[in-house]
Order: sequence, then C-alpha cells, then structure tokens
Amino acid sequence: MSAPPSSLTAVIGAPPPARPPGFWSRAWRHRSFAIGFVLTLLLVAAALLSLVWTPWSPYEMDMPAKLQSPTAAHWLGTDAFGRDVASLLLVGARASILVGVIAVGIGLVVGTALGLLAAARRGWVEEAVMRVCDFSMAFPAILSAIMLTAVFGAGIVNAIVAIGIYNIPTFARITRASANAVWSREYVAAARACGKGAFAITFQHVLPNISAVLIVQVTIRFAIAILAEAALSYLGLGTQPPQPSWGRMLSEAQTLMFQQPLLAVWPGLAIALAVLGLNLLGDGLRDLLDPRLARSR
Amino acid sequence: MSLFLLKRLATLIGTLIGASVIVFLVLEILPGNAAQILMGPDASPDAVAALATKLGLDQPAWTRYWHWVGGLLTGNLGDSYAYGSPVLDLILERLALTVPLALMAMTLTTVLALVVGVTAAARHNRLGDVGLMGLAQVGIAIPNFWFAILLILVFSVKLQWFSAGGFEGWSEGVGAGVKSLLLPALSLAVVQAAILARITRSAVLEVLREDFVRTARAKGVSRRAVLWLHVLRNALIPVITVMGMQFSELLAGTIVVENVFYLPGLGRLIFQAISNRDLVVVRNCVMLLAALVVIVNFVVDVLYAVIDPRIKASDV
Repeated sequence: MSAPPSSLTAVIGAPPPARPPGFWSRAWRHRSFAIGFVLTLLLVAAALLSLVWTPWSPYEMDMPAKLQSPTAAHWLGTDAFGRDVASLLLVGARASILVGVIAVGIGLVVGTALGLLAAARRGWVEEAVMRVCDFSMAFPAILSAIMLTAVFGAGIVNAIVAIGIYNIPTFARITRASANAVWSREYVAAARACGKGAFAITFQHVLPNISAVLIVQVTIRFAIAILAEAALSYLGLGTQPPQPSWGRMLSEAQTLMFQQPLLAVWPGLAIALAVLGLNLLGDGLRDLLDPRLARSR
Repeated sequence: MSLFLLKRLATLIGTLIGASVIVFLVLEILPGNAAQILMGPDASPDAVAALATKLGLDQPAWTRYWHWVGGLLTGNLGDSYAYGSPVLDLILERLALTVPLALMAMTLTTVLALVVGVTAAARHNRLGDVGLMGLAQVGIAIPNFWFAILLILVFSVKLQWFSAGGFEGWSEGVGAGVKSLLLPALSLAVVQAAILARITRSAVLEVLREDFVRTARAKGVSRRAVLWLHVLRNALIPVITVMGMQFSELLAGTIVVENVFYLPGLGRLIFQAISNRDLVVVRNCVMLLAALVVIVNFVVDVLYAVIDPRIKASDV
C-alpha cells in the first residue's frame, strides 16, 4: 500500500510516527466503495424498516384505488389490487436479503470447507472435490431450481437451496486456489516444522489469510443471488404470494404494461440498485483489502 | 496436442457422466413414484401400478439409468407423458428457436463487448473510458428479464416497432424470424456484454504494456492496427474464458427471456413440462442444457490451446 503524500510529510515533520490511515478513512475516499456501501446500507435499511413500518399495509387490497400513478398518498402509485407499490418494494427487500444471506451462507460454508479440505489434503481428495465442482458447474442456478421445483414444487426454500448449491463450487474453487498459495508460503512451512497439524494450520494461517478474497466474493455472490432470486420469482419458482418480492412484482406488472407502465419500472430499479450497490462494494473491498487483487485501472 | 486433447476429452466424458447421474438421481429417484406424481394423489393404487409398469418404473434404478443413457446416445428419449409425442421431436422443434436466439445473443455480446472494451482501454482513464465503464457497471446490475420488459415498453408499447412477443416460425422468412428474436437477443446480450467489456478492457490494458506493442509501434504500424490486430489477439485468452462461462449464463438467460417474450423455445417447453408434471421432458431438457454447458467449456479449453500454444506444453 502506498502512503499518500500528506501522511508522508506527517512522518517527516512530526516526531511520533504517523499511523497509516485506518480502513474507514481510506474507504470513504474510494468512490466505488462509498457508493456501494451507501446503496447496500439503503437495501438493508429498507428491509429493516419494513419490519416495523411501511406507508401502507403491503397485503391490504383497495380495489377502487388500483393502478394509480404516483401521488402524495401513494408515492410510487398502486398495483392491480390497489396495494401501495412503495410498501411492496420495502417488504420485497426482505426476500432479496433473506435469499442472499442463506444462499451465500450455504455456498460460503460448504464451498470454503471443501476448498480448505482440498488444499490441506491435496492428492485424490483435491481431485475428487474439484471434479464434483465440475459437475455442479454444469447446472446454473436456474437449472437446479427447475429440477428442485419439478420434484418438490415451487417455493422460496427450493430457490434458496438451488442458488446455494450453485454457489458452492465457486467458493470451493476460489478457496482452494487461494489456500494453495498460502500453503506454499514459508511461514506455513515453518509452522509445519514446529509440529503444527494440517487442521491447526488451516484455521490459524490459511483461513485468516484468504478471508479478504472470501469477503469480496461474498458481496459479488450476494448480488448474483439477488438477481437469481428475482429471476426465479419472476418465473414463479421463487417467493410465493402473498409474500411480496421484486421479481414477482415484475411478472405481475408485465401483464399491465399498457395500463400502468410505471409498475414495470420500480421493482426493476430496486433490483438494479441493490445489485449495483453490492457489486461496487465488492470492487471497493477488493481494492481496499487486498491491493494485489485490484483491477488494473 | 493429442495427450492434451485426450485429457480434456476424458474430463468432458467424466463430467457428462457425473451430470447425467445427478439429473437421474434428482429427477428420477428423488420424486419417488413418478406414476403417482403424474396421476395425482387421488388415483387408485391399481391405476398407479399399471402406469408404473407401463413407464418401466418397476425395474431397478440402474436398469432405468442405463436405459435412459442408451436412449440419450441413440436419440430415443421416450415419449412425453403430457404430449404423447417423442421427447426428441419436441426438443428439436424448440431448439430451432433457442439455438438461433443463443447464437444471436452471443454474437451481439461479443461485438458489443469487444468494441466497448477496446475503445475504453484505448482511452484509458479519460472521459470515454470512465463513461463506458460506468455504463458497463450499470449494465451488469440490470436483470436481463427487466431489461427485456423495458425493451418491450419502449419498442413495442410506445414506438410499436416490434411485437411484444411471440414467434411466427421460420416459415415466415428469415427476416421475420430474426426480427422477432432481436429484442430477446438484445436483452440477453447487453447484460453479458457489460461483463465481457470489463474483462476485455482489463486484458487489453495488460497487453498494451508489453514490449512487443512498443516494437510494433516503432516499426511504424499504426496505433489502430496494433490495437485491433496485435493487442486484441493477445488479450483474447481471458476474454474467451469468460465467454465460455457466460454461455451457461446465456442459456439460463434464454429460459427466462423466452418466458418474457412468450417464445416457444426450450425454456417455455421446460416450464410447460413442470406444470404438466412431465418429468421425462424436464429430465431430458435439463440434461441437454447441462451437456451444452459442459461441451462449450470443453471447446473453450481446446480453443485456448489453439490461441496460445504455450498452454499445451505447460499442461501436459
């Protein structure tokens, strides 16, 4: 990390050595991180707010007020059943976050465990883990979701499991590649020489050293999970009524495009902003946490 | 070369077998009695047993697996429960739409991404670069089905240049067919192109720093020729890697986008099959899509070796 000129003069001018700027002071100056962080915070805030307050009840139908354009009472208008679109959007954020957290959680825990195991054991274990990853790479999230739906019926749990399974090989591959790099370092050789076992080395040296890579990957996979949930819900394979979800709002809006085109705009905008926020956050974190991984700019 | 190809081929076959086992386990073993699912919970046990015998469900699992895989290899995929017609015919009929759609989308993706990526890299850190990459960042965040809906809103509802969906078939002429696939292909391509453009830009920037670029310029080769001939070819490896990965996203995307535009392709077939509980059709369609993903990745691996002969040497 190169110190900015201001801190350099501080080092020369002041007797006590200036501490390198902390994470947050560097982070706020990083444009991608700052925008991404704010957008992600808005997404989380919307979901949390919807737990305690929404402008209108998202489940209450008011047929006389259906398909209204934005007004002072209904900021973003109303849908085909007279429900307030702004309230539906706020509650819809919950579905996106729920799916993102659990699906990425599944991928992170199982995938990282497999990747760490492959790197620690090498040999046939590594080969077996990677081949299983190859198989599952053949099934994009939608394909897994289709299989699960065909067997168990549509529902948010199947969508979460499908997206989670889809995340496993990604995390396994990235973990294995990064962990292999750590295993080849001298301090790991030193730890082994001191008699530390593979298990201890994995948790004391390997995992902490690859956490930056994993954190970056979590934000990116979270964005992909939100997109996948939206697509599955749009197709009717994800969140089921009456639970509001952005993807399903879009499929309902599509049949009403001639009457109220704005209905097809808001949920998509919400998805795009959430995904944009997480992607920018991921880009920012990559630059901030591990400068070696920074994209060429 | 032959050893490299053999190793890749073995991986390809192994992966296809693995994928077929997964598909079989999930769609044949997991549901339990497919005959029961097909006839519903109220059917009499005798009727269910009769259907199970007719469908060959009373045979052991591995016999059914071999029967299915044998069918896959000979093109005998059985009959659809819902339509009664051979699954192969159903799939081939739908592929006549899905394959051209995927190819159109991939072509649009490649052209858009290379032009945007190389242009941005040539204007590194200037206004054009920042603007194009900002657009790409937004493009990545847009769900393809929402973009499809927006395209319908603008070009079908407002301007009325295109129909809002549906496909007349190729019998109406190639022009009409291409016209009804243009918006779907565009909605698939823009999102993928945004991702690929960023990769292209990074790869081109990387290559631009190489010595041979300076040598070529010093020899008097024009800036444009260096960029589009020398640099682009050398930047293609990461671009092709990502294109291979994107193909599976694109196939998954066609499933969604076909539903947005009501196109009678493979995606619609799968959905109808799910609502009809037509597991034979679902199983074969899923296997076909999975196989396409695996085969494209194999082709990408082999393409590396063609583009960069060093890969063979280091791999073997």
